[in-house]
Amino acid sequence: MAHGATHESSVKRIWYVFTLLSIATIVEVVLGIIKPQFLVETKFLSMKLLNWIFIILTIYKAYYITWAFMHMEGETKGLRRSVVWTAVFLIAYLCFILLIEGDYIYEVYKSGFVKYNF
Amino acid sequence: MEATVVETGTEGKTWGGGNRPLKASYGKLMMWFFILSDALTFSGFLAAYGFSRYKFIDSWPIADEVFNHFPFLHGVDAPMYYVALMTFILIFSSVTMVLAVDAGHQMKKNKVVFYMFLTLIGGIVFLGSQAWEWKNFIQGTYGAVETKAGRILQFEDAQGKRVGLSDIALETSQRETLERSSGLWFTGEEETLSTYTIEDIKTGFAANENLFVRIQKLDEKGHPIVLNREESIATLNSDAVRVVEGANLHRNEYGHPLFGNFFFFITGFHGFHVFTGVLINLIIFFNILLGTYERRGSYEMVEKVGLYWHFVDLVWVFVFTFFYLV
Repeated sequence: MAHGATHESSVKRIWYVFTLLSIATIVEVVLGIIKPQFLVETKFLSMKLLNWIFIILTIYKAYYITWAFMHMEGETKGLRRSVVWTAVFLIAYLCFILLIEGDYIYEVYKSGFVKYNF
Repeated sequence: MEATVVETGTEGKTWGGGNRPLKASYGKLMMWFFILSDALTFSGFLAAYGFSRYKFIDSWPIADEVFNHFPFLHGVDAPMYYVALMTFILIFSSVTMVLAVDAGHQMKKNKVVFYMFLTLIGGIVFLGSQAWEWKNFIQGTYGAVETKAGRILQFEDAQGKRVGLSDIALETSQRETLERSSGLWFTGEEETLSTYTIEDIKTGFAANENLFVRIQKLDEKGHPIVLNREESIATLNSDAVRVVEGANLHRNEYGHPLFGNFFFFITGFHGFHVFTGVLINLIIFFNILLGTYERRGSYEMVEKVGLYWHFVDLVWVFVFTFFYLV
């Protein structure tokens, strides 16, 4: 089989990716437990720096799972784009709309239209 | 009669038909498009969670305080460890899955069987872990009371340690569940009776100087606000209407009811995916054992279910972040 020749490197790569995913997860858990003061108090685009780190690490993990485990890197450009771009644009749009709207409703509540405990 | 259109004028072009521009089989393509649509479903759920969270950003439960159990460590505050373990189990079963696919490429049946078996075990262990997580969530730890407005009041002592209902309550009255045998016109109890009545809690709270009420509202630093003694007693006496133990779809002791609903719905939907994944893996596992793919000359079927299995792992990575970390 043609795949046989690439066997050794492929298994090596799987373990390499597993190591990357594990390190990312361990970093997330450690940060989540100690919650460094600096990262919690500093905000960027009205979100805690810590949460930005979590989300970036998550996307980093998602990239490796899709590219290495689901073998997206070996697919044609057309397939890759039709799956990844569709998801990325629709999800980004959905998040944008819903999170902005949620924040707006929060502001409405906060400015006194609804008492916290009536 | 001849067909209306025979020639399209696009023969020989990439999308002219008769070739595979995406260089993937039909089954694999359809699996990818199913995964895409499923990914959009999950992101719809998670975005809705984000919406509700932003809407109640100053009173949303803190995940570390909710998910802090670990097997055999009773009463030890262990935030995140258990769910990190679950994440590792699922990532590892993804690794064994991709190893199975790799072995399939080389037509090594025994290796595929071995790795598929490990994948199945990983999936089943994950499902079991999730069941344990649900059990803890439903059972609750400390208990709380609910106000007329549906807000949750929790209790803590002067040192800021949470106090459970059992350490507060002074039994004022015994109320037993009404049985069919003792009633003439029995219609059943409306709700399950809580361990303590709201009167027990109020009496016990008034008797112990070392207790304070913690409301769900968060201060600027993201910690729940603790009322002073006078405010605590006043709030409890005027507003508290019901004892809440654990969680269900209507209310939960951790805070906003939506938190429980989203938890049940999203982790439940993900768990359902894991469950179907295990079933599909099982079918493929038996097919490998029977030598179906050996005769077919290709283990592509393993690759296709592998895609689904990795997708389930992928979703968990996001659920983990948005439910437990952020």
